[in-house]
Amino acid sequence: MMAMSAAASRTLFDKIWDRHVVLARERGPSLIYIDRDFIHEGSFHAFADLKRRGLSIRSPRHVIGVPDHYVPTRGRSAAEAASSDIGKVITRFEENMAWSGVRHFPLNDPRQGIVHVVGPEQGLSLPGLTVVCSDSHTSTHGALGTIALGVGQSENAHVMATQTLWQLRPKALRINVRGSLSSDVSAKDLVLTIIASIGASGATGHVIEYAGPAVEALSMEGRLTLCNMSIEAGARCGMVAPDDKTFEYLYGRPFAPVGALWDTAVAYWRTLPSDPDAVFDREVEIDGAAVEPMVTWGTSPEDALPITGAVPDPALFASPDRRAAADAALSYMGLRPGTLLEEIPVQRVFIGSCTNSRLEDLRAAAAVLRGRKAVVPGLVVPGSTLVKREAEAEGLDRVFREAGLEWRDSGCSMCVAMNGDMVGPGERCASTSNRNFVGRQGPGARTHLMSPAMVAAAAITGHLTDVRRLRN
Amino acid sequence: MEPFIRLRGVAAPLPLPNVDTDRIIPARFLKRSRADGYGSVLFHDLRYDAQGRDRDDFILNREPFRRASILVADDNFGCGSSREAAVYALQDYGIRAIVAPSFGDILYNNCLKNGIVPVRLDQVTVSALLRTLLEGCDNHVTVDLENLLVMLPGGEQKTFDIDPFWQECLIKGIDDLELTLGHERDIDQFEARYYAEQPWAAL
Repeated sequence: MMAMSAAASRTLFDKIWDRHVVLARERGPSLIYIDRDFIHEGSFHAFADLKRRGLSIRSPRHVIGVPDHYVPTRGRSAAEAASSDIGKVITRFEENMAWSGVRHFPLNDPRQGIVHVVGPEQGLSLPGLTVVCSDSHTSTHGALGTIALGVGQSENAHVMATQTLWQLRPKALRINVRGSLSSDVSAKDLVLTIIASIGASGATGHVIEYAGPAVEALSMEGRLTLCNMSIEAGARCGMVAPDDKTFEYLYGRPFAPVGALWDTAVAYWRTLPSDPDAVFDREVEIDGAAVEPMVTWGTSPEDALPITGAVPDPALFASPDRRAAADAALSYMGLRPGTLLEEIPVQRVFIGSCTNSRLEDLRAAAAVLRGRKAVVPGLVVPGSTLVKREAEAEGLDRVFREAGLEWRDSGCSMCVAMNGDMVGPGERCASTSNRNFVGRQGPGARTHLMSPAMVAAAAITGHLTDVRRLRN
Repeated sequence: MEPFIRLRGVAAPLPLPNVDTDRIIPARFLKRSRADGYGSVLFHDLRYDAQGRDRDDFILNREPFRRASILVADDNFGCGSSREAAVYALQDYGIRAIVAPSFGDILYNNCLKNGIVPVRLDQVTVSALLRTLLEGCDNHVTVDLENLLVMLPGGEQKTFDIDPFWQECLIKGIDDLELTLGHERDIDQFEARYYAEQPWAAL
């Protein structure tokens, strides 16, 4: 056995990073090896770049293409896209897949889905790996104990050509969630609480490690939701230390290692959690027991409050800039200070997105909707074709349909409104997605973010509603 | 990539925190090819009304800010989506440097890859600069990347920090992908060792 006394204590992030350094400079960024690059339709810029330079893909088997941003949710072919322009983006992606020879789950493949649902679901994302995707919600994959970085298309081209990326080591922020979450709240409520607490730029330049008993108690799907929204606090990535729950989740998945390789991998993965005396640049404590069902009222995910609250008064905000921003947000959202959050009507609901479209999310929404009717229209969009099939096997599709909601095919859909699934101007939508930005769900659309159970509650009453009222 | 050494230009103030990349370029414009240019859709929904006319209250629709080459923004500029088209839009419009207290990390990296200099200055300085630009008659700012200095209207100088690797890339117009291709042997050697150590990581 090697003596360990000389080894400095390291974080989960450090251990993975150190193993991936191809070149280190005395100062500045290191050249980091990237294990997986997930790509979607937006990659056309990166492909154009590679073609212009006369470059090909260095390791096509480690690049995984999945169409999700532009795909129709009523049909599984580019011909069924909302417009010919949108269809062309999907076709161009298919052409680039053929040109590059990368691994590809096309639209009619049962493995297709939102890339951040597919990666973990297929066992492509694993503990100890580095993963990139030209999408900010790549942080999702960190739930498995993976360094998962959102990148731009230039960086995507760099990875496709070299399987590496120049990166500065981020600072480390540990968020300890002590105690336990109440059974009435979910990982979405927890992450909205965290973002409201540290702010939309609270973790900029940092990797977040989520830790503590309330995080350990989360299911893998809950951890995926938690890590997914790390970017909404500005973080470079979010991570949870791998544990038996992680290994159980991954075991037997199509691309997870098997046999002796599995055993070797698990033995290594068990060494990954941060050392007990590892030092973080910052630590934040959150009381898990105090987390309540959350909703957003403004145009940044940091504008989140417990559903029991009221629309805040911008005059009470500390800085003039923040006051002006809150005034602008309330004007866009059509809200007045002091209005009880539960009195805000909604005209539409959306259940889906890489944040909340997995089986557990659909079950949570269906549990509230079962035997009830929605009074507003809405979409339910499963995160992958496999999730869709599993949900149908459990009869969840019937619950949604009988409640009056539309049951669609998988894709990013109304979260990013690129495929034609949009919220109308001035319309207010209760949404399980991740961004309430101005115009995010369509020009003039007003988004309130919340958990699947809370969206289901809003669908039934037609206004933002504390789901606890509808239980028992 | 166009080298950037020193730039003196009109600086346009955008005094809003958390300007996300959806606001810099709404999703519906992301389908266009780069060859079609992105400058006309920069800040589209802030810049134009529903009929496509200029909104008088938006800073880039006012003189002399129409010809700004520097943008002064507030905290967390470019947060949100990783869409590099946000940087294409800024670049195609003619913006070569952005001053803000903090940036979304992905947008910051995307700027470095496209020859735009992201300058972090403290909140107090930026808040004062935003006020000066909104009120004042002098709206010129100089960004000196070689000496890591910003010259504010009125002559005050502030230092800023940028990683030396990226500073050199920006000054010389070095493309980091070309640089990395020169390290192909290092990558080959790394890969051989890496997959020997952890064969389970390969697909």
